[in-house]
Amino acid sequence: MPLHVCVVGSGPAGFYVAKKLLKRFDFARVDILERLPAPFGLVRSGVAPDHPETKVVINQFSRTAEDERCRFFGNVCLGTDVSLEELRKNYHVVVLAYGAESDHRLGIPGEDLEGVFSARQFVWWYNGHPDGKDLPINLNDVETAVVLGQGNVALDVARILLRSPSELSSTDIAEHAVKALRTSRIRKVYVVGRRGPVQAACTAKELREILGLKGVEIVINEADLQTTDCDLEELQSSRIHKRVFDLFCKSATFTKCAGRDKQLQFVFFRAPVSLLAAEDGIHVRGVHLQKTRLEGNHPRKLVGTGEFEELDCGLVLKSIGYKSLPVPDLPFDHKKGVVPNYFGRVRSSDATNETERGLYVAGWLKRGPTGIIGTNEVCAQEVVTSIEEDVNRAVVSNLKEVPGSVGLESILSEKNKRYITFEGWERLNETEMEKGAVKGKPREKIVGIDEALAIGLAKEKE
Amino acid sequence: MSMLEAAHENEIELEGACEGSLACSTCHVIFMDEELYQKLPEPSDEENDMLDLAFGLTETSRLGCQIIAKPELDGMRLALPPATRNFAVDGHVPKPH
Repeated sequence: MPLHVCVVGSGPAGFYVAKKLLKRFDFARVDILERLPAPFGLVRSGVAPDHPETKVVINQFSRTAEDERCRFFGNVCLGTDVSLEELRKNYHVVVLAYGAESDHRLGIPGEDLEGVFSARQFVWWYNGHPDGKDLPINLNDVETAVVLGQGNVALDVARILLRSPSELSSTDIAEHAVKALRTSRIRKVYVVGRRGPVQAACTAKELREILGLKGVEIVINEADLQTTDCDLEELQSSRIHKRVFDLFCKSATFTKCAGRDKQLQFVFFRAPVSLLAAEDGIHVRGVHLQKTRLEGNHPRKLVGTGEFEELDCGLVLKSIGYKSLPVPDLPFDHKKGVVPNYFGRVRSSDATNETERGLYVAGWLKRGPTGIIGTNEVCAQEVVTSIEEDVNRAVVSNLKEVPGSVGLESILSEKNKRYITFEGWERLNETEMEKGAVKGKPREKIVGIDEALAIGLAKEKE
Repeated sequence: MSMLEAAHENEIELEGACEGSLACSTCHVIFMDEELYQKLPEPSDEENDMLDLAFGLTETSRLGCQIIAKPELDGMRLALPPATRNFAVDGHVPKPH
């Protein structure tokens, strides 16, 4: 008897779960739902255009989708097109892997001024995410940008602002973005962290890359590189932080080269207090910061020093963390922004150990928005092991008949909702690659939903 | 031939998400013989950058896609990183069930 599984979300979390379920259970039938026309989640819309090797994982995800026991349903949205309750009635197992599509807020005055965006919005914009194309971003009248946060996403957005547009024009960057970057007047980017270089959240590969960016002068205040005993302890216990810190130190001692017309400055020990409005009261013109200090021991506390500074800028990108969105009938921990779970089994609330039969989470919705693509492989292993245990103990039983795909199809057809199959995506994929080839790009992403649907939903060629 | 390729040819489940382009850490392997580990050339910065992120990193860890078969490595034994129930998030302690 088949084990009918529905995975919601077709990013790395969803695909690693699908892959491992198909391997563990010959009798698994896995449907993968995706609200966008195109699959692959952040591999397509998060990984930067100048990091193509990181996207190679799409090859194996495609092999999973092509398994005859796996079906892709693009253009189908949980909540709008089908409810969680309906999915749980139609499948033995439902795995929610829809990630984190919202942002942490700073909660400070001026956060909603024009010219202030989350890094996620900017990334969606340059990566051609259908929901990001209309971002009201103006690069023509801005000379300085401030990025708040020092993780890899912060480095991505800073790098895309500073990399020469001619280098970007041979990547899969969205056309509207490279066009805007060609006329961008941004020459200076600050990347601001509340703590020091010892605590910076970025990793060596990304930092090494941005420190070596052509035509960009790196500015680091050497005073920020001084370490306390506590810092040295932290460095000793973390290989990642030690190698990142060493890179900051090396960079600060490079001789300044002439002829670099752009600047990247790392600012440490500054916490944003408010975003300042220009005279029109509408646009952002600067960031008001408080100097900070780390105090105490195990754990160290971040405190304000009572001294303040301003940075002038016309663009602010907040890179302080993504956040998941809840859906009806789903237990949700609003503080942590995750679904409470026990090794991937959804808990009925964060106050109980009772779990929801047949309902699981994977990826950022399970762990919070951290980690790399590979982290999801480990995470999926854990979730699939939980599912396997539950099947073995008959907590989830494939002996009980449920409709599976057939049930989902009838729900969708009742609403006249057409979905994109994996063949439909492959058609869209081919079209993007053909359009890109003409311009020397690996692909030209089709950003408009209507155009994507027209291609993806077209009748299969004979 | 790299150890990643060798694993795939022998149906050993070694993940290779980026297919050998030093853009991930999923082909992480652990040398069981310190002596043979010492015979390897030093990892490049790029490999070290990826090893930083490897799950279950040890003193004799390398990326399988960077270990190329050679006569002097004959007999090497590679272990795959441990299973995931120890992957603690937020210090969560599993309750017995």
